[in-house]
Amino acid sequence: MTVRVQAEPVDAGAELNGFAQDRHDVGAVVSFTGVVRDTQGDLQEMLIEHYPGMTESAITKIADEAVTRWDLADVLVIHRYGPLKPGTPIMMVATAAAHRAAAFEAADFLMDYLKSRAPFWKKEVTSKGAAWVAAKDADEDALKRW
Amino acid sequence: MNVVYFAWVRERIGLPQETVQTDAATVNDLIAELKSREERYAAAFADTSALRVALDQELSDFDAPLAGVTEVAFFPPMTGG
Repeated sequence: MTVRVQAEPVDAGAELNGFAQDRHDVGAVVSFTGVVRDTQGDLQEMLIEHYPGMTESAITKIADEAVTRWDLADVLVIHRYGPLKPGTPIMMVATAAAHRAAAFEAADFLMDYLKSRAPFWKKEVTSKGAAWVAAKDADEDALKRW
Repeated sequence: MNVVYFAWVRERIGLPQETVQTDAATVNDLIAELKSREERYAAAFADTSALRVALDQELSDFDAPLAGVTEVAFFPPMTGG
């Protein structure tokens, strides 16, 4: 299992190529990359604040839970913080398993929990000023699926 | 006790963290103490349903006891991913 919280850019392709390499028991690798989206056509940057210390432990706890629930060969979670430009990756998740169902489900579970239980906060900076992104009820409701 | 603030809670209070001398028994008691101090705290803690709390870096509840806790964090609902 790998959990990284970093300011540096994420090269999703390189990360994926190196993930679960040489594991001959792996038949399925699923990945998700979250990208900074410009919803109004005016986004200059997205500022991501986090809680150093708790961020790493909260993500590790979520990844541990995924490993308990599904038969996974490996899990990767990378999440960035700091100022990010539109179109660049914010985070990525990858899961490896013998079969695809476990890899897909675990990746979906990880994303739902990272959204609402990992201590990150997003602030959008546009020409009109800066505003914190509010959490969505739908994101909280999504946790009930699990 | 170390009290830390994130996102708009940090901005509203005007500090990322501070040391607070308190005998507050629970998180709610600590909030009441802070609110009575200054308007900026009253503004930040006006609606606790819009806030989350972590005790020693674990998500917790507003009625949780503070005995043995060294760090309390207040922040809005998280927006990761």
